[in-house]
Amino acid sequence: MEKSILTLLIFLPVLGAALMLPASKYLKIKNIIKWIALVTTGMQLLLAGWLYLNFDPFLSVMESPFTVQIEWIKHFNIEYFVGIDGLSIPMVLLTALLSFLCIVASWNIDKKPLGYFSLFLLLDAGMMGVFLSLDFFLFYIFWEVMLLPMYFLIGIWGGPQRHYAAIKFFLYTLFGSVFMLLAMLGLYYYTAPFNADVGTFNLIKLIELAPQIDAQLWGYNVQWLLWLGLFIGFAIKVPVFPFHTWLPLAHVEAPTAISVILAGVLLKMGTYGLLRISYPLLPGEVIGFAYTLAILGVINILWGALNAIAQIDMKKMVAYSSVSHMGYVLLGMAAVVSTSSSGAQAGMNGAVMQMFNHGTITAMLFLLVGVLYDQAHHRWIVYPDDYEDQNLAGKPGFGGIGSQVPVYTALVAFTFFAGLGLPALSGFISEALCFIGGFSAFRLLTAIGTLGILLNAIYFLRAYQRVFLGSLNETYSNLVDINKRELFTVLPIAFFVLLFGVYPKPLVNMISSSIGSLIDIVQKAM
Amino acid sequence: MNNLSSIPYFLPEFSIIIIALSVLVFDLVGLKKYIKLFSIIGFSFIGLLLLQSSSSGIFIFENMLVNDSLSYYFKWIILISTFSIFLVSNYSKELDDEYYSEYNFLLMVILLGMFLMTNSIDLLMIYLSVELVSIPSYILAGIIKNDRKSNEASLKYVIFGSFASGLMLFGISWLYGISGTTNIYEIHQSILLVDNPYMLFMSIVLILIGFGYKISMAPMHYWTPDVYEGSPTAVTAFFSIAPKAAGFAILIRTFFTLFSIDGNINISSSPLVLANWSLILSVLSAVTMTVGNLLALKQENVKRMLAYSTISHVGFMLMAFSTLSVDGNVAIMFYLTMYMFMNLSAFFMVIYVENNYNVDSVDGWAGLGHKNLILSAFMVISLVSLAGLPPTSGFVAKVYLFRTLFAEQQFYWLAIVGILNSVVSLYYYFKIVKSMYFKENDNLEVKNANPVIFWLIIIFSSQNILFYLYWSPLYEYIKDLFV
Repeated sequence: MEKSILTLLIFLPVLGAALMLPASKYLKIKNIIKWIALVTTGMQLLLAGWLYLNFDPFLSVMESPFTVQIEWIKHFNIEYFVGIDGLSIPMVLLTALLSFLCIVASWNIDKKPLGYFSLFLLLDAGMMGVFLSLDFFLFYIFWEVMLLPMYFLIGIWGGPQRHYAAIKFFLYTLFGSVFMLLAMLGLYYYTAPFNADVGTFNLIKLIELAPQIDAQLWGYNVQWLLWLGLFIGFAIKVPVFPFHTWLPLAHVEAPTAISVILAGVLLKMGTYGLLRISYPLLPGEVIGFAYTLAILGVINILWGALNAIAQIDMKKMVAYSSVSHMGYVLLGMAAVVSTSSSGAQAGMNGAVMQMFNHGTITAMLFLLVGVLYDQAHHRWIVYPDDYEDQNLAGKPGFGGIGSQVPVYTALVAFTFFAGLGLPALSGFISEALCFIGGFSAFRLLTAIGTLGILLNAIYFLRAYQRVFLGSLNETYSNLVDINKRELFTVLPIAFFVLLFGVYPKPLVNMISSSIGSLIDIVQKAM
Repeated sequence: MNNLSSIPYFLPEFSIIIIALSVLVFDLVGLKKYIKLFSIIGFSFIGLLLLQSSSSGIFIFENMLVNDSLSYYFKWIILISTFSIFLVSNYSKELDDEYYSEYNFLLMVILLGMFLMTNSIDLLMIYLSVELVSIPSYILAGIIKNDRKSNEASLKYVIFGSFASGLMLFGISWLYGISGTTNIYEIHQSILLVDNPYMLFMSIVLILIGFGYKISMAPMHYWTPDVYEGSPTAVTAFFSIAPKAAGFAILIRTFFTLFSIDGNINISSSPLVLANWSLILSVLSAVTMTVGNLLALKQENVKRMLAYSTISHVGFMLMAFSTLSVDGNVAIMFYLTMYMFMNLSAFFMVIYVENNYNVDSVDGWAGLGHKNLILSAFMVISLVSLAGLPPTSGFVAKVYLFRTLFAEQQFYWLAIVGILNSVVSLYYYFKIVKSMYFKENDNLEVKNANPVIFWLIIIFSSQNILFYLYWSPLYEYIKDLFV
């Protein structure tokens, strides 16, 4: 059981997807495809839960009983090497939770359900694979495998501009990841001399080998070029300013559940990749780059928030808020170079917690926007001036629906407050930790960055006011409150947001040991 | 070895000649309907003989040909692709039944020429075998007699082809003038002592033009799109892989026999020293892939797009060749094998669409993905493989090409050019995917493919997945060929 659980986590969805076609042909059960998807992701969630209960945060990857290391391609030294540690377990839990809930949220998909749900499961497998791989080649494969299902999910089931959004997402991410491929091959060959001329993709072994690289290429240090290649790949995924332009488009055009996955899980892969690969392998470069990373983080915070303020489409606003929130992660990560050890710890722990917390909060945001959109068929806060229906142009999109749909309104209020970092909700703790860490290393920058909190409050509160408060817009007098299925998708997440807001200890315990050793690796290089 | 005792080592080629002639005789005596069956038996027979044939490096026919593992492997690629083309051609509606036997005869003759190309170690034999491939190819390109595009393709092919082979012949004569012999092993010995490197340089350039034309390397690629677009699709599919494989075989053999010392080509100690050939080839590679890709971006005709994409794939393979190392050759042969599967399955899909829906533009494929689920899904796999993304063997094969540059520690800039090109290529391959899946076309009828075409697509396309899951044995097999 212990040895097979990680493999099961990755390949269970593939099995589910493979079963769908025959099942839909031969079993005449209503919604059989959706049930298969639900059962598969449900089992995955249970496995992830079991994994969490049996997870010992103080064991390193190599000591962990779950680690599996099997030779795959001998002459190229590629292994099927999966394992779990404090860095990956929150992401695995997040992926399993959101995948399950997204299947529930997608229950109303009636357009080609076979394609939708099988692609969704393949996407799920790819995400799990990325978070569990400890072999760079394997990691890269899963990283790229995700792109295909995502392309189809946006392109077939998305909004009006879906074709453009799908290919833009695909090309942007591919553009980044091909540089990662080159960096991967570079790591393989440049570390070979330190390992008896045998190259390796083993990320654990590379922690020892990669810092020994001492070569020049085109007048640059090879380590710096490798860092740059990896950084381009990960930065586009995060997305770091100025590589973020694919994000609003893809998030807005994607169907609700896919936006949730995009914002909740896919963005985290960028920062996860940095922490899993760039940080331990190239600690020397981390130190040199930390200041730039902090600047980029602050730009992300402010730029994302300012853009969000300017949006009149609710989903686009949420999308830009993701850009802003990922900025906190970057700032927290940059704090690893802080001279005070508590500062470094606060920053790094904050970053990883923010990855998890943003995953949950943004998932709620997208789910709730989706709930409203399903009924109203639009999500304008204010109709744009060039709206096709001239009578509506420039008018508020909603207004006063708070009294009409009280439960929904309360949930939105809860989520918006979580998003803007209200104390006692999970976003607050992780953001505060990121700032504490950031402040210990980069005073001025962090001070500027804290403006982001204010800006976040502006757009969330303004949107809330315009949509829910005031007198009721008569067009929406027959709006129905959130139904049970939709409640089921948001309540579990709300539970975690609240839990980690008042009692973050389980989360901290899970990650802090692994983060501690990561900080050690980086700080040793200082 | 003298002529008579060489015959046992020449059996596959002999059987091709006999089958080719018999096909014509069958037509003459009115047994046309048996040609198909006869050819299938013939192809299997050739396969059996090839399986038996020696790959021990024996020189045959007075040192004109060699049977070694390099030629053995390339012959399999050529035979498999030609056989599958033969099968598909039977069901292509484009081809005229009137010329059925001529078509198959020409295919057989080209097969013979390509087999000889992989074997030749004598300049005369090299020239003859290249011509034996080229001349029937001109006719095949124009085999649809009443189609203007097909005629244009044939004419262009003749003009470009004869020009290139003229230049190559000129280069060959120079090389003969320098060394006084036509056997490339003997030339290798004598050019080590050559005192006029400029003449040598010139002759290599001219010979490279001849080979480059065969594999459509820039700037000798101009004929490719027009010929590919005008030719019947089955012939285009054939041109895009089998002669390319033969061209790479002859390129590798010639370069590595003439200039290598102990297997690898070390520029500083070989007769190539006058110019940095690695660098020249790497620039040619970068230009080839970039030209192919950029021109493919704007194409709306699927065949033309695939023609340009062929050029870019040749550029990728040249990338590994430019390192002039054995590793590079292994990577090329591995890539060619994978490329055969993905490219042929994509082309067979084009034939299926042309047969049933009679369209040749990308827009004509609209909505196909929702009508023919299985074939479309496999087409997506082939296209993903062509673009070089996981989970397909196209990705693995491309990684090996890039790996060569890293292993030889040169041309990192070429790796960056190559990797950017593979991003660009995604755009046009996915134009087809977009058309198939993102657009709806309710008027489209569901039409089933001919079972032969259907299964060939499935079998070839699924190799993209199989070799991705486990490619180790194949790669190691190819690698061992060079030991």
